Amino acid sequence: MEINTYFYLTVMALVTYAVRVLPLVLIKHEIKNRTFRSFLYYVPYVTLAVMTFPAIVDATQSPIAGIAALIIGVLLAWLGAKLFTVAACCCVAVLIVEFILV
Amino acid sequence: MTRKNKEIVGVLNKKSAFLNGLRDGIPIGLGYFAVSFSLGIEAQNAGLSFFESFLASFFCNASAGEMAGFTVIAAKGTLFEMALITLIANIRYVLMSFAIGQRVNPKTSVIHRFLIAYGLTDEIFGISIAKSGYINPFYSYGAILCAGPCWWAGTVIGNIAGNLMPIRLVSAFSVALYGMFLAIIIPAGKKDRIIAALIAISFAASFSASYIPFICDISTGTRIIVLTVVISLAAAILFPHKGEEVIDNGN
Repeated sequence: MEINTYFYLTVMALVTYAVRVLPLVLIKHEIKNRTFRSFLYYVPYVTLAVMTFPAIVDATQSPIAGIAALIIGVLLAWLGAKLFTVAACCCVAVLIVEFILV
Repeated sequence: MTRKNKEIVGVLNKKSAFLNGLRDGIPIGLGYFAVSFSLGIEAQNAGLSFFESFLASFFCNASAGEMAGFTVIAAKGTLFEMALITLIANIRYVLMSFAIGQRVNPKTSVIHRFLIAYGLTDEIFGISIAKSGYINPFYSYGAILCAGPCWWAGTVIGNIAGNLMPIRLVSAFSVALYGMFLAIIIPAGKKDRIIAALIAISFAASFSASYIPFICDISTGTRIIVLTVVISLAAAILFPHKGEEVIDNGN
């Protein structure tokens, strides 16, 4: 069954906004449950990590370029480079490696 | 300063808060443009038109969330899968929204809360929560009015130009988003050993899951959901997070 793209987009938009607006509007007291707070604390890092690897390696023409981008990205982020710098340098790394290999 | 004084200053400073927000939104917008450009390419790969990808970025303003959503569209997943993966990819905003909610003047009209929520991205959360005292909604509005259009434009141009660009450049731009993700998670891992371990475990688990027979047949979206919930929940139970800081936005 083919689902219309606009249905997908509607669901995406509604869920995204609900997640951002409901706590702001509804919860004005503090949630104390430690496990719940810890879960919410860890989720962003785990999600982003799972989404990044191995996807970054498959995103490029040559997997080696993807691996280079990963290494450069981790290194620069570790050294405290800004978000934009890290993203840009990953792109440049791919460009250089693929210029040599592909 | 007493709470009452803070309120008065807040009202007087509506305009300057808005202008400050616009100014602080500039570097954020530049970063957004590059990143959403690669998101636009992803959208195009998933079969979205430039108008559809504009709608996605206009209504969602979310990198990981949109990316996850496009994965579901590309895989022709179910709407339930879409709802679930969007929820998981954006679940961190529950915490940010909650944290911002605690810092908005209780007397602020609920309309402001609805509007702040629209522009609640990781970066705008970061610069908003860093201010002392009550959060001035107009600061958030300034920031999102500057950064938002960059985000939407980047997505649309990426979607259109992804077609026209040489494959070398498409290939290079497609890692910008992952670079941004790394810039968020790695500094957090540097500060918190548990997060560092979680990143390593997540990488390994995600890598294994995409190659192990049978498991690799499960859609990418579902895999992300299952791995995130399992790993985060295990970490929350085994290593409850201490400390008061809510989230590190990685900037």
